Amino acid sequence: MQKTISFPHMGNYNVPIENMLRHIFAGHKIMTAPNITKRTLELGSKHSPDFVCVPFKYNLGNYIEALESGANVLIQAGGGCRYGYYAEVQEQILRDLGYKFEFVKLMSGKVNPVDLYRVSKRIGTPLSFGRFLYFVLLAIDMVKKLDELEAYIRENVGFEVVEGSLERLHAELLERLKRVDCFKELRAVYKTYGEKIRGVEINKPDDCLKVGIVGELYTLMEPFSNFFLERELAKSRIQVSRFITVTYLLFEKSRMKKKTLKSAGRYLKYELGADGTDSVEKSKTLAEKGYDGMIHVKPFGCIPEINAMPVLQNISRDYKMPILYFSFDSQTSETGIKTRLEAFIDMITMRKEKGV
Amino acid sequence: MNQGYLGLDIGSISTKGVIIDENDKIIAGEYIWTQGNPIDAVKKILIELKKQITDKNIAVVSVGTTGSARKLIGSMLGANIVKNEITAHAVGTLSVYPDVRTIFEIGGQDSKIIIIDNGIVVDYAMNTLCAAGTGSFLSSQAKRLGVRVEDFGKIALTSSNPTKIAARCTVFAESDLVHKAQIGHKREDIIAGLCAAVVSNYLNNVGKGKAIRPPIVFQGGVSKNIGVIKAFEDVTKEKILVDENSHLMGAVGVAILSKKHRQDKDFNFNVCEMDFETKGIECGKCPNNCEIICFYRNGRLIDAWGNRCQNGDVMAMASKNMTSV
Repeated sequence: MQKTISFPHMGNYNVPIENMLRHIFAGHKIMTAPNITKRTLELGSKHSPDFVCVPFKYNLGNYIEALESGANVLIQAGGGCRYGYYAEVQEQILRDLGYKFEFVKLMSGKVNPVDLYRVSKRIGTPLSFGRFLYFVLLAIDMVKKLDELEAYIRENVGFEVVEGSLERLHAELLERLKRVDCFKELRAVYKTYGEKIRGVEINKPDDCLKVGIVGELYTLMEPFSNFFLERELAKSRIQVSRFITVTYLLFEKSRMKKKTLKSAGRYLKYELGADGTDSVEKSKTLAEKGYDGMIHVKPFGCIPEINAMPVLQNISRDYKMPILYFSFDSQTSETGIKTRLEAFIDMITMRKEKGV
Repeated sequence: MNQGYLGLDIGSISTKGVIIDENDKIIAGEYIWTQGNPIDAVKKILIELKKQITDKNIAVVSVGTTGSARKLIGSMLGANIVKNEITAHAVGTLSVYPDVRTIFEIGGQDSKIIIIDNGIVVDYAMNTLCAAGTGSFLSSQAKRLGVRVEDFGKIALTSSNPTKIAARCTVFAESDLVHKAQIGHKREDIIAGLCAAVVSNYLNNVGKGKAIRPPIVFQGGVSKNIGVIKAFEDVTKEKILVDENSHLMGAVGVAILSKKHRQDKDFNFNVCEMDFETKGIECGKCPNNCEIICFYRNGRLIDAWGNRCQNGDVMAMASKNMTSV
């Protein structure tokens, strides 16, 4: 029986994930959940516990919309905070709503290719372990290359001589990546688009305003959930730096754990859990690099990031670097967010002009 | 003929308007309730401001707007600057107190703290989810106690033993208040307790983690309440400065900003006679269904906003005549 496999959104990662699933589950249909809209969030909030963190609501909305469009296999990952319990609760909610589907939870604990293969076999991959591994590695490499190019775009978008050229190339790149079938092709696409993207004429003054954004991973990486914060900053010609990417979370975070804690220096003695340690360490590092400000984002009620906030306040005071805090939930009014962001941009602009 | 600059601060509860001169001095000022209708409130305030400058030989040459309805009123009046409240308040206050280092601002629905160093905003915070430290909390409690909110401060000062009221949250504060009243606490003590509760909520939420240094200026509608001023002085052990125009500071600030960005376009007070209308439409071109606000003057579309992408760009469509919205 042909299955329709779906998964929730986060930033542009649906591209490599869809690509990987398409290869692994040849013969089945792969369907990225419909794009996140207000309706997604409304559906998700309606069926979620009110106090759960907002990524849960987005994910659940994605699942419901996917099920409505015919999906019957849903995939969820897991992480080190409440995220670790998303899968079980969401599965139960969807069952209670009467949907029929298969629910797959990946990565309970450490990422292990053999376990992943076993799960995929159960869903119905026709591939041998070798071929399976090939496409997992291909997707991983795609994520790394995408993250690398997106980091460049993030720091330069808004400064192009021809406005919108980076965004256009970015969209083209994503479309092209969807069709990649092997490492050779991936390298070629990376090379072509890398050259194109780096070749875009940029007019960025050396002393442009620089802002770092830190916080919880989902609200950082899914632009819909943070009211397109990065785009707003780019419009005001501000360089945006962000470190939390899937590459970082999967392959660097655990390796750098000790280093990160050490680099946070006197601000942290113990880890804060989830991405809290990173929020503190990156804020300190960027403050030392002379960044003009930081923006800290989190879903309302995110404990690891709440833990990070008092420390961030100390960093802000010690380095005289303003930090703007945002807590996102299922509200859709942009006005409050825009007011605070605009005031923040005004403030760092004036500080720079007066040379504070 | 002298030039004047108009600044309007259209808040959720009250609308403030000023006209300033070349030296940032207030020539005309007015404060009225918004009553959920910013367009009408602005018309009313403009009529009042016009009256105040009739014999003064002044031509208004630029307009600025701030406050939560700044965008709407900005398009209505063709403002040359539309600015957030935080920047506006800082600029306004600095024009009166150039050496201020901390600004407390408590308005009807929001409250903010602005930290200033050498005349530049270096940090700020704004309340997020809680209304307990704001004016609307005080006015709803005043109603419950059967006193006019304007008399709140005076009554609070007569108390010698303020009641302790839980300040964490409006709901808790209210039930605490009812409880204290029912077991026999005096009304003036409860009122003084409420003023202290607002201050403690403010300092714990908005002021959390901020370095509060004198001179401290307190403004916004609640700064007219001497009970709250006293509660602030008790907690901070500093003198709290309150300007006689403390309620107009946001409007003054945005008037100054508009003066800086002026384009010398004569402002015509006859907007008061024009007919303004907003219409909300649902875009419907994708499931996001952005709510687009279309703004009409005398039946003609002059502005639209609320769309997340190009598909909902009503202004562009109207100019191309592709649609008859």
